[in-house]
Formats: sequence, C-alpha cells, structure tokens
Amino acid sequence: MALQSLDIKRVSATTTPTPQVRDPVTGTVAKLIDVSKCIGCKACQTACMEWNDLRDEVGDSIGVYDNPRDLTEHSWTVMRFTEYENPAGDLEWLIRKDGCMHCEDPGCLKACPSPGAIVQYTNGIVDFHEENCIGCGYCVTGCPFNVPRISKQDHRAYKCTLCSDRVAVGQEPACVKTCPTGAIMFGTKEDMKAQAEDRIEDLKERGFKNAGLYDPAGVGGTHVMYVLHHADKPTLYHGLPENPSISPLVSLWKGLAKPLALAGVAVAALAGFFHYTRVGPNEVTEEDELVAAREADEAKHGRNEERS
Amino acid sequence: MKHDDLNHELRDVKGNRLIVRYTPNERTNHWITAITFVLLALSGLAMFHPAMSFLYFVLGGGQWTRILHPFVGVVMFLSFLILMLRFWHHNYLDKDDMQWMKQVGDVLNNREDRLPEIGRYNAGQKVLFFVMVACLLLLLVSGIVIWRRYFSFYFPIGIIRLASVVHAIAAWLLIIGIVVHIYAAIWVKGSVGAMVRGTVTYGWARKHHPRWFREIIGK
Repeated sequence: MALQSLDIKRVSATTTPTPQVRDPVTGTVAKLIDVSKCIGCKACQTACMEWNDLRDEVGDSIGVYDNPRDLTEHSWTVMRFTEYENPAGDLEWLIRKDGCMHCEDPGCLKACPSPGAIVQYTNGIVDFHEENCIGCGYCVTGCPFNVPRISKQDHRAYKCTLCSDRVAVGQEPACVKTCPTGAIMFGTKEDMKAQAEDRIEDLKERGFKNAGLYDPAGVGGTHVMYVLHHADKPTLYHGLPENPSISPLVSLWKGLAKPLALAGVAVAALAGFFHYTRVGPNEVTEEDELVAAREADEAKHGRNEERS
Repeated sequence: MKHDDLNHELRDVKGNRLIVRYTPNERTNHWITAITFVLLALSGLAMFHPAMSFLYFVLGGGQWTRILHPFVGVVMFLSFLILMLRFWHHNYLDKDDMQWMKQVGDVLNNREDRLPEIGRYNAGQKVLFFVMVACLLLLLVSGIVIWRRYFSFYFPIGIIRLASVVHAIAAWLLIIGIVVHIYAAIWVKGSVGAMVRGTVTYGWARKHHPRWFREIIGK
C-alpha cells in the first residue's frame, strides 16, 4: 500500500468504497487559526507561495490591505481584512486567513464528476488531484465557502492542499510553520479543539463574551477551524458563513437525482423492450396497401369526373 | 402538393406506392439534431453519474468532454431551432388529440382502428414535440450559465446551482422523451424509413395518419 498518511477515505465520482482496513487511531488532523492572535503580516501567504512554488501576478492596491484581492489559482490563502466598529464605538481590525476549510463533508467532492480528481484522506484533508481534473467547475458550484479557483492557464481547479505533502511526512503545513505569532496551529483535531478551548476561555476573561470556535456542523465540521472573538457573528469576518452547508440544490443534483434519473432512463428503455416482446410491432399489411391504393385511385377518379 | 404527379413514379421495391413525408433538407436537419443529441446525452451522462463516467471516451476523455460538450450543445440547439420552426405549425393540439390521449390504451395495444382520425402527427408526437421545445430552451439557458469557461463568472453562485439542477432535469426529461421517440420509430414499422429515405407507403399513411393521407390524395 501507499503512504499510510495519504490513505484515501473518499474519492470523487466513485461509487465503490475505498480501502478501509487502516483507520487512523489518533483521528483526523486540523489547522486551528486563532484570529485574535493574527497581526495580518501575510507571512502565511508567502510561506504558501514558497512551499507550493506559486507566484501570483503582482496586483494593485484597492485601498485596503487585502492583496491579492481574492483567492486565485496561484494564491491558495489570502488575508481578509475587516474594519469593524464595535457597539462601544471602538475599531476592531478583524483579520481572517481565508482558504479551503477542508470540510468533513466536502461539497466540492460531492459535486465533482471526474473520478479521482478530488480525494479526502483518512486524516481529513481534502485534496485536488489536478491531473484528473476536467475543469468543469462543479467543485466551485458545490463549495459552501467559495474557495476553488479554475486556472486560466490549464483550466483545472486549485486550492489549499493543507500541505498534504508535508503532513504526509509528519510536518506541519507551511503557513503554520512560518506564523510568527503562533496564530496558526496544527495537530490532531482533538488537540486543536482542546487548544481552542483554552484560548476561548482566555478571550472571555478579556471581555470577548462571545468568543468561540468555528467548526461548522453543517458541513460535518471542518479541518481548518477558527477561534473567533465574535463567534456569534462569523459574517463580521469578511462574510464567513454563519451556518455553511452543501446547498440543497447541489445535494439534489449530486444526490438523490442521480440514481433516480438513471433508473428512470433504464425503466423507459426496458418498458419499450417489453412492450415490443409482449404487444409486438405495429405493421402495415399488404391488404392495407391495397385498400389505400384503391382509395387514392377513387379520389383521383372522383376529381377527374368533377373536372369533366 | 405535387404528390399527384409523383403517384405513378415513387414506389418501393415491393411496388407499394410512396408518399414523401420528409424532404432531404428536413431529413438532414433531423439527423444533425439526432447525432448531436446522442453525443450530448452520452457525454452528459458521463458527467452526471459516476456509473456512466466510462462514457467520457465518447468525446475523447474528461477534458475534451468539458471542452466540446457545450459547443456540440449549441449546434444541437441551432439545428433543433430550425427543425422546430419547420414543424411548429403541424403540432397544434386539437379535440381529436384529447380523445387520442384518453384512448392511449388502444394506441399501445395496436388497436388504431378505434382511434379518432389522426392527421400528420398524433397527439403523442405533438406532446413530445413541445416537451422537446421546452427542454431545449431550458438546456440552452441553463447550459450557458454553467459554461464555466465563458459565462459562469457573470452569474451569482445561487443561479449557477439552480442552473446545474435545471440542466440535469431538462436533460433527463429529453433523454426519456427520445427513448420513447426512438422506440416508437422501431415499434411502428415504416417510421424509420420516413426519416431515412423520406418516404412512407400509402398503406402506412392511411393506417397511421388517415386524415393526412386523405389530404395528400386529395379526397
């Protein structure tokens, strides 16, 4: 078998189960981003570029600190800066490191029509295998967080891999390694939750009553979690969705509709086959031809008589 | 109609007299639509259900399917549009068609003699015509929305999701409709010839479309 740390739990557009004998005893991994400790230095963006050999185009300033303006196929993580005036009238600079959340129930994987283009490892990481990607963009349609980006160069989808290659050999993701304030942490999901609890307690003591963990249940929890000072209002953080889940339309399209529709087509074809074998074809007999010919002749005859 | 002049010229190998049901242009138009439909249905099913993903070979693999499917779709739509304009006026539903639908049991059991006199098309064909018109329009509109390379970025995500579902449902309905269409052509002998050779025998016309037959012979 291949590298145990890259054992696959789910594969896109595949109906049979993956190998399941090995099951990580320590559970899944998670990245914990403590927004309250982030200073917006963008070292994580740089580390991501370096480790993944990505170089985005140098963008332009649009009057805010966000640069690049948005996630792209070359920028798998972007700092989102929000200036929030709290009820006390003070300014809070909310800086969120945006990128793939590595959902436990990934909408991208559910929507993907290309076998093996999206996988979820047993450690929880959701990874795109671009060599199998067909560029249809269904992952974009399925994602509740608006993360995947299609390259204009090769028309394949890209996003944060959670440094699956590093994690596979026991290293933390590049952004975690580089973060100078320790705002980004990495470990088992269990450990990260415990870590978050400590931080939340601390934040509450400091007056952030609504501090909490962002690990949305609507997508089965995520393998990238945030500690937020205002966990009751995640949308403050550059529109982080409050209750993200796979859209019911996507669930219908790539869920129930699939087997039902195929069954419907099969039933229609079989109904035809059995109609033919039970009732039989509808044929024209020689007698039908004779009657028809006679009628035609009579009609012609009748017209000729009228004319004369 | 020039059929009177042709009556003594057009005969099949058995000597049965023939009526032209579809002109060469109509046949070509139909078969362009049919060929593109088959390519689209197979490549579309590949993207719809993993059990069908082996069908990616039809358009040359996954990437080529993603590239070609929408273009082939545009060809099908344009071809169908011309077909629709040609045949629209033949497909108005009337009272006899309602009666035909009530007697669908007689239709399915080859008891055509009990049915009201059918014109150029029967009610089943007419309904199918309008189902196809509706499906093709929905497929075009939703297909443009989910055409990632050129158009998707003009639309909000909610519309793209809706369009994905609409595209799948319309395609499914169309595929079922075409399964029925193809089966009816196999079941009612002589129908395939109408679209391949362009002609039907007098007996065929009188048996299946008596009102149309009488119009042709000028009774």
